[in-house]
Amino acid sequence: MTTIAEYTEKSAVENVKRALQKARQNEAYNSLLSLTEDRALKRAEQVDNGEITGALAGIPFVVKDNFLAFGAPTTAASTLLQNFSAPLQATAVEKLELEGAICIGKANLDAFAHGGSTENSAYGPTKNAIDPTKVAGGSSGGSAVVTALDIVPFALGTDTGGSIRQPASFNGVVGYKPTYGMVSRYGVVAMASSTDTMGCFANSAVDAELVMSIMAGQDENDMTSLPDYFEPSTLEKKLKIGVIKELMTEDLDSEVQATVSAAIEELRLAGHDVEEVSLPIVKHTLAMYYIIVPAEISSNMGRFDGVRYGSRSEKAQTLSELYGMTRNDGFMLENKRRILIGSYVLSSGYFDAYYLQAQKARTLLVQAFDELFETYDLLVSPTAPTPAFGFGQHTSDPVQMYLADAMTVSASLAGLPAISLPAGVGSDSKLPIGIQLMAQRKNDSLLLSAAKLFERKDQSS
Amino acid sequence: MTKITQDEVHKLAQLSAISLTTDEEATLQAEISNILAYVDQLKELDTEGVEPTYQLSGLTNVFRNDEVDNGIDRETLLSLSAETKDNHIKVPKVL
Repeated sequence: MTTIAEYTEKSAVENVKRALQKARQNEAYNSLLSLTEDRALKRAEQVDNGEITGALAGIPFVVKDNFLAFGAPTTAASTLLQNFSAPLQATAVEKLELEGAICIGKANLDAFAHGGSTENSAYGPTKNAIDPTKVAGGSSGGSAVVTALDIVPFALGTDTGGSIRQPASFNGVVGYKPTYGMVSRYGVVAMASSTDTMGCFANSAVDAELVMSIMAGQDENDMTSLPDYFEPSTLEKKLKIGVIKELMTEDLDSEVQATVSAAIEELRLAGHDVEEVSLPIVKHTLAMYYIIVPAEISSNMGRFDGVRYGSRSEKAQTLSELYGMTRNDGFMLENKRRILIGSYVLSSGYFDAYYLQAQKARTLLVQAFDELFETYDLLVSPTAPTPAFGFGQHTSDPVQMYLADAMTVSASLAGLPAISLPAGVGSDSKLPIGIQLMAQRKNDSLLLSAAKLFERKDQSS
Repeated sequence: MTKITQDEVHKLAQLSAISLTTDEEATLQAEISNILAYVDQLKELDTEGVEPTYQLSGLTNVFRNDEVDNGIDRETLLSLSAETKDNHIKVPKVL
């Protein structure tokens, strides 16, 4: 597992060439939709010439292909945007480039980030980095896999309900989802505007912290971005950690149960105050999520009309046919499913029973978290209920697929920062298993410094 | 258990401006019914007197300075469209 430190003080051109070569050697994983080779090499030369400097000078990285970025089309893994050449770059990408980082390619995802396995990509699924017969997880599956395969030391992802944390768990890398609003959403294809967050994959918590510290900050182009607050820090104190008992039940996969329990025991042995806590409402959060998020999706997806940008249906005779046919051709079934559910829960007659009820339930969830964070620094759970599953295992049953998000959606709905750290591998499956740590809103510094501390412990043992 | 009919799926698709095929309507009818049956569990939750949470940023009325910004030029934006004519985006007839 290579970290950013191994790329610094080296020729940027060599770093980029090596990353491109590794990307080509690993094409079978289908983790990348495009390489931004020309632009990357040009920027690398500028770094080597001293024209571009910064904290990440010459470090290659990959963006999930729902970040608007130059050098290749921004497809969101859909056919609708297959030739979309972004006229601007996402704020997060711009900030990394200002520090000299070099984007070498764009990673596969579930189309428009709707999914939990990267099987919903219009360009085929991504294979798991550890076991290519298993899914990569999703929706940021490609970004997780390029990081796990050491193609690049870090990659960007988006996390609306677990789309960074769950694939991080499935591929044995670190995945960070910030507090809602810590990183600007500007220039990222919108999914659910009240829970969309931009984060990263890395091979260490130290690297994740560095990348997040660069991406963080208020942006006048995103009115929901929070005033600057994030400062990297170190932590030496003992922590009060709550283990959410409703997420550690016997329904869990036995390997996940064993691996995460062992990781929690290590925290206890390291002297932290670890207690079981109860968050009864957590059993309802997946239902809240699959009402609120489709509602926001149905609204956000309205912009894809085939008129101003994106591909359009050639068969349409009228404008309304153009909309309908373009959207039917350009969306995957999962996109349509979510849009229709959203339209349903927002329609008159159902609004109160579904959408309003879910938003009220969300208040109860936020209050329950607030109460726990009065006592505990961190809350802990598995990142996903199972290790990576097989291709096609859940595609015929959307509810089963949605259950893969059961551990991660709570932090999303409450806007909390959360990280998935590698906890170990399953005793029989040998598949990676992640542990999820959550902190109170805007406590990203504490969460990342705790993750660094646990990592140090891992390395010394 | 909430069931949704194929007619309702058809209507939702129209509201969502998606021209589904009949096969897709049938598939989605079954799947959406299952999903609604799952989310129906929320009805058990007592939310009497609870205010909804629509967003978590805590921010309201964030303003920017009212300054002219050249932004992205017209040619670039027009080039993103599938069909243009005389600095306009061209679409099929409206009616």
